[in-house]
Formats: sequence, C-alpha cells, structure tokens
Amino acid sequence: MNMDLAQHAVRFNSRLLNSTGGQIQSSATLPLRTDEHVVGVRKVVREHALELKLSLVEQTKLVTAASELARNTIKYGGGGMVLAQTLSDGVRRGLRLVFADDGPGIVDIEQALRDGFTSGGGLGLGLGGAKRLVDEFDIDSRGGEGTAVAIIKWKR
Amino acid sequence: MERIPILRIGDLLLVTIQVDMHDRLAMTLQDDLTERIVSDSAKGVLIDISALDLVDSFIGRMISNTAAMARVLDAQTVLVGMQPAVAITLVELGLTLPGVKTALNVEKGMALLGKSYLR
Amino acid sequence: MSTNDNARRISALIQQHQAEIQADWIEHLQSLSFRSDAASEQQLRRHCEQFLKLLPSAAAEGGFDNIDSRAFDEVRDQLTEISSQRAKQGSTPSETATFVFSLKQSLFASLRQSLAAEPELLSEALWNVSTLLDKLGLFTIEVFQKSRDQIIVRQQQELLELSTPVVKLWQDILALPLIGTLDSARTQVVMESLLEKIVETGAAIAIIDITGVPTVDTLVAQHLMKTIAAARLMGADCIISGIRPQIAQTIVHLGVNLEDVVTKATLADAFVVALSRVGATITRTKTA
Repeated sequence: MNMDLAQHAVRFNSRLLNSTGGQIQSSATLPLRTDEHVVGVRKVVREHALELKLSLVEQTKLVTAASELARNTIKYGGGGMVLAQTLSDGVRRGLRLVFADDGPGIVDIEQALRDGFTSGGGLGLGLGGAKRLVDEFDIDSRGGEGTAVAIIKWKR
Repeated sequence: MERIPILRIGDLLLVTIQVDMHDRLAMTLQDDLTERIVSDSAKGVLIDISALDLVDSFIGRMISNTAAMARVLDAQTVLVGMQPAVAITLVELGLTLPGVKTALNVEKGMALLGKSYLR
Repeated sequence: MSTNDNARRISALIQQHQAEIQADWIEHLQSLSFRSDAASEQQLRRHCEQFLKLLPSAAAEGGFDNIDSRAFDEVRDQLTEISSQRAKQGSTPSETATFVFSLKQSLFASLRQSLAAEPELLSEALWNVSTLLDKLGLFTIEVFQKSRDQIIVRQQQELLELSTPVVKLWQDILALPLIGTLDSARTQVVMESLLEKIVETGAAIAIIDITGVPTVDTLVAQHLMKTIAAARLMGADCIISGIRPQIAQTIVHLGVNLEDVVTKATLADAFVVALSRVGATITRTKTA
C-alpha cells in the first residue's frame, strides 16, 4: 500500500476527527484500483453497516455512497485507497470512510458539489448526491495534489 | 468472462440481475442486451432487479441508457422489483431514471409491456 | 518542579490516602441524602472505589487539563457507566454530577493535610483538582443527557412504527391517511413503511391522504415528493388527496413541483381515480 497515500488520508482524516471528537475503534485500508475493488469495498462497508446495526435504508445509503466515492477515486483520481474506521463518541458508534488519491485533484470544489449526474457537461461526480446520503461529509482537494473525501455515518 | 444471462420469452427479453455487478459487467450487459434486441427482434425488455440491494449511479445510468437504446430499436423496457431502500437511496442521489417504465414484479412488468404492444 | 512532576506528586498523595478520602467522600455523599437503600449503598461504595482508583493514575499521566486524552479513557468509561446506570435508576443529572463534585471536599481536606508545609504547591494542587473535577462532573451531565436522548429517540421510533396506518382499500390500492402535524422524522418513518407495504401487498396505487394534516413545511413536502418518486421507481403510482387550501398555498409558495403528481380534493375522488387505473369501476345496483 502506498504509504504517502495512507499518510495523505490520515493527515486529512485528523481534521475531521478533531471536529467530531470521536475515538477510533478499528481501522483498515483497502486498495482502490480496479472495478473489482469497488465490489470489495461495498462488501466491507455492508459488513460494517450490519455490525453497527444500521437500518436497511441507512445501510443502503451508506454502501451506495461508498460505491460512488470508490468509483470516483478510480475513475477520476487514477486509483488510490480507502480508509475505513469505526468510531465512538462515547454514546453513539459510527463508520468513517476516507477516500484518498493523489490524482489531478478537483480545482473547483463548489462546482463539483453542485453538479448532478449530468450526461454532458459537468464532472458528473455526483458528490452532492453522495453527501446527501451520509451524516458528515468533508472534501479536501487541490489541483494537481490529489483528493481526499471523508464521510461519516452514525448509528442513531 | 462472466456474463449475466438473458432469457428470451417470445418477443420479450428477460434479464434477472442477481450479482453485485462491477462496472465492466454492467457495461457488458448493456452491450449484450442491445445486441440481442436486434438479433432476436425483441419488442420488450424486462430487467428484474428484485435481488439487488444496491443500485448506484453507474448501474442506474446503465439502465437508463439501455432503455434509451432499446427505444431507438423500437423496443420497450420495463424495470421491475426495485427494493424500497434502493428506491429511497436513488431518489436521494437525484436519479429518477426518466424514460424507464417500472413495475413491481415480473408479472406486472409483462402485463405493462403487453399493454403497450396494443398501441 | 515541572508541572508533570507536580501532577505525579499530587496523584501519589491521593493514592496514598485513598482509603481515608474514600471513607470521607462516602460519608459526605450520604449526608447529602443521596438516594440510598441497601443495594444502592453497595453500588455507591463500588462506584466511589472504582473512580478513586482510576483517577490518580490518569492525572499522573495526563495532567489535570485535558480529560479527552488517552490517559483519561478509563476514567471517562467509568463515569459513562456510572452515569448510565444512575440514569436508568432514575437519578437526575445533577445527582450524578454531584457525585463527582462532592469528591472535592474530601480531596481538599486530604491535600491540605499532606501539603500543609508547602502552601504554593497546595494552592496549585487545589486549583488543579478543582478544575479537573469540574470537567469530569460536566462530562457526566453530557453523557447523561446523551443517553437520555437516545432512549427518547428509540421510544419515539418504536411508537412511530406501531402507529403507521397503511390501509388496503382494494386489490392493488393502498391508502395512507396522515393525521396530525407531521415532523421530518415521523414523515420519514411513515413513508418508509408505505413503501414496504407496497411491496408486501403488491399495490399499484397508493393514495396519500393529508386531510388531517393542518400544515406542511418544506421538509415534509420534500419527503412527500421523495416518497412519490421512490414509489414510482418501484412501479407504483401515488395520488395525493385532501389538500386543504392553506396547504395548497404553502406548496405553491415553497415552489414544490406537483406537475407529475395526481392530486384530488378528497380521498373518495382519489379512490375512484385509482379504481379506474386498475381497471375497475363502481356501479350502483338497483335496490329491491
């Protein structure tokens, strides 16, 4: 596993960690380079969701968001990794996923968040959609420096 | 290479998706369906996703595209069996699959296709 | 002496005199007429002992400032457990916080004795211990509230699930009469339930009747629209009936797009439309 990428994700990850004040209970990384990896991520996230006892709708939303972001990492980020961590903030438990790549990066994040799944124009990243499926969403990207997207889903 | 089987029933094509599809597999299905519509002179396509607990934007677009291409080839597409959690998620994502007819199950889907032949 | 060394000295002193401090603390708690019966008295002793055991080592390692640090993990877990146990037994959040605050008196007394000859260190120790216990006391209140909130939320959900009123009007036709003010959470649960029933009964049409709903806000209107869109993806159509004039105004005002949705003034009208959609009609037979 690319250590720089993992560090990139962790460095970014600590910003979101500070804002939620959560404790990490488990941590694992998965590679994101091929189509099959996306299927693998779906499986792992589904398992976590079941373990967290999320409702079926919440599970589906989470796994779908993970699938979208995993695909973005591969298609637009040139491949990367995802960091999966189970969290606890003392009372509730959650799952945080950080998708990181060191690809071209997104120059206009505002724009990317606004774009829907347009067939023509737009980046079609569907970030706005994925954001709606989770509880917390954060993105850090700079042109030429890669992208990291972090999402958290809590068990209510 | 793995492929999703396509069944022919009269002038109808039935596809039952039961595996967690990766993007390549979805694209292959799209190609296969389009080809079969022509080679089998199909008038209707029934896509059964009752076994899918996940439909993301790629698969959603694959379905939309398939329906659009089918229409160009003078065939109707009906999507059946979408699970509630999947439907709720797709709506939240902003995907409404316009141009794709839907039905609760294969039986109703066939009835829907049958009706449209009588145009 | 560095702050760390002081912290360790203070912790060592507390550990040294743990038994006395504990006895004094328990006595103090009881004098405050803390809820007490035989079982809870035993539990109280246990709580005091456990807390007093963990506190000094945590402070020695992590200082007196940051209770979120690793060093205090065990202490926080202890307090969380104590807090939840007391919450379940009906203690108020203040009582649980008092449990922590009241330790001050006993600790101060002990430290005053041990550090009588070192006034500067004594005042530092008193200050540190005080702020630390303040933070821990507040922590218990937060935890208490969080767990109470969780209980309430769970009860609400159970109540919602029990009271979702989806009715089968006819073969393939369902009705969902909504009554009362809708809030976002309730609407979501009810809508999910409707979609489940659609699958269960194989309904082709669902009539959502809002005659009994006085007002609708943006969130609820959005949920309604989302539910209708989701039902459509599943293969069922929805009809909204019973839209009152005020709600009609709100909907237009909010800019909600109802173009694709069939709406009818009354549930009865909606039923007739639904029947014709599924290929049935009502005819009146002559009475004898």
